Amino acid sequence: MKISQITVFLENRAGQLAEITAELDANNINMRAINIAETAEYGLARIIAEDSEKAVQILKDKGFAAMLTDVVAIGVPHRAGGLNDILQIIAAAGIDIEYMYSLIGEQDGIAYMVFRTKDADALQKELADKGIF
Amino acid sequence: MERYYQKEIETMPREEIKKLQSEKLVKQVKHAWDNVPYYRAKMEAVNVTPDDIRGIEDLHKLPFITKDDLRECYPYGMLARPLKDVVRIQSTSGTTGRRVVKFYTQDDIDIWEENCARAIVAAGGTEEDVVQVCYGYGLFTGGAGLHGGAHKVGAMTLPMSSGNTDRQLQFMEDLQTTILACTPSYAAYLTEQIVERGLKDKIHLKAGIFGAEAWSEEMRHDMEDTLGFKAYDIYGLTELGGPGVSFECKEQNGMHINEDHFLAEIIDPNTLEQLPNGTYGELVFTALSDSAFPLIRYRTRDVCILNDEPCSCGRTHIRMGKLKGRSDDMLIVKGVNVFPSQIETVLIDKGYKANYQIVVDRQKHSDTIDVMVEMTPENFSDNLGEIEKKEKELVAALKAMLGILVKVHLVAPKSIERSEGKAVRVIDKRKI
Ligand SMILES: [Zn+2]
Repeated sequence: MKISQITVFLENRAGQLAEITAELDANNINMRAINIAETAEYGLARIIAEDSEKAVQILKDKGFAAMLTDVVAIGVPHRAGGLNDILQIIAAAGIDIEYMYSLIGEQDGIAYMVFRTKDADALQKELADKGIF
Repeated sequence: MERYYQKEIETMPREEIKKLQSEKLVKQVKHAWDNVPYYRAKMEAVNVTPDDIRGIEDLHKLPFITKDDLRECYPYGMLARPLKDVVRIQSTSGTTGRRVVKFYTQDDIDIWEENCARAIVAAGGTEEDVVQVCYGYGLFTGGAGLHGGAHKVGAMTLPMSSGNTDRQLQFMEDLQTTILACTPSYAAYLTEQIVERGLKDKIHLKAGIFGAEAWSEEMRHDMEDTLGFKAYDIYGLTELGGPGVSFECKEQNGMHINEDHFLAEIIDPNTLEQLPNGTYGELVFTALSDSAFPLIRYRTRDVCILNDEPCSCGRTHIRMGKLKGRSDDMLIVKGVNVFPSQIETVLIDKGYKANYQIVVDRQKHSDTIDVMVEMTPENFSDNLGEIEKKEKELVAALKAMLGILVKVHLVAPKSIERSEGKAVRVIDKRKI
């Protein structure tokens, strides 16, 4: 499933992430996943939220550097080799993954992973063709 | 064949220029002593009288005039001629506290316009040309200076003043303007508009004379390549009459200072000692001909270099290089002169905001320079690698500009402190 991810620039100082989550919370925006990537100097918070358009506007208005990116969320069966099967399909299709992370929570033994590629539609189609959603 | 507006003076042997400058300096100091009590008091304070000044070799004995002095003397304190001899003023657009009013006799205006005429001829201007002046007219010196210069050359002058781009382009096309005189930023805008409106084939420009603002070689090349003309720099200060203090020739490698009217020095802004030609320092001018407003050793705060090597155009007058920055802003880091304006140029070029902060410090007897840079949508990405790549490009560009390594820190938008709405650009912890 193609979804919209919010990316926010984080300065390397205590409390930056909490400022972002407080802002979303104050506006009743439910976060489904958060992933942090960082260097020694700064970082990125990648957030999957319910109303990403609204969320990114709120953050921008508050002076954060924030943007939306299309990513693909895929259900990974909670069994040995579940993720491997998916990665093999992506590799065979020659699709390059820039980064990936897991969504909070699982349903009926299925964990959700978020994949970022150059072309979210192509990845979604490739996996759908193999019955993976 | 190189053409000159005043060949004899513009190609005068250097020894003769120096002799002429010495004669004029002696007279000018006497004139100021006799007619400007404020400057006389400054001379008395350092125990110098006109008798001590026998030529340019004695220049260093004279006190400086600064912008603060002009403020102190506002409005009439520096006026050296009775009002009946004064025919005009021009002024800077600065706020009241910083406003400079420059007075002219008719002779002062003629000399000013001749200086501008020299610049126009050096850019290839003749009486056959159509000169479109879109510097502002009015109190600003840009319009009046180039307008008068174009008249002196005998060119047809279009007194357009600034703004109204539709009309500018209409006249440029209909009257087949050959020389454009305006600020470089407006020239760049006009160039863009000419391309956008598909007018390139209808424009007949051969030269542009652009001053009153700093501009880069890239801007010059962009405009020249796009429109197929030559873009020349011109320099001046309202305090010294306006544009035409110096101007570029076809070499486009430094601006010839009109040395028969302006005596230039380069000083160390800290020690105030004169520096040899070929050394960066603060530019100081003595107006040798200005009668109504005779500024002696006026500190411009502009930092540049003087070059007295012969020029292929045949002009013997010394050349000044592009301005490097303001001496008030100059930082010396690891022995290298660094100007915030240089850092600003790189930041804007790389798509970052001009809102930045420079922190200079000293650690283990070695200087450090850090620049805080606000993240912009243009440079933001959801991919850390992309951000790091752009950051490295910025560091490399700063190194190329300054010659020293600068540590860059990316920070959140609008996070850099501002005092009274203006960012505190430089924090020098070495002085605290
Ligand atoms: Zn020359």
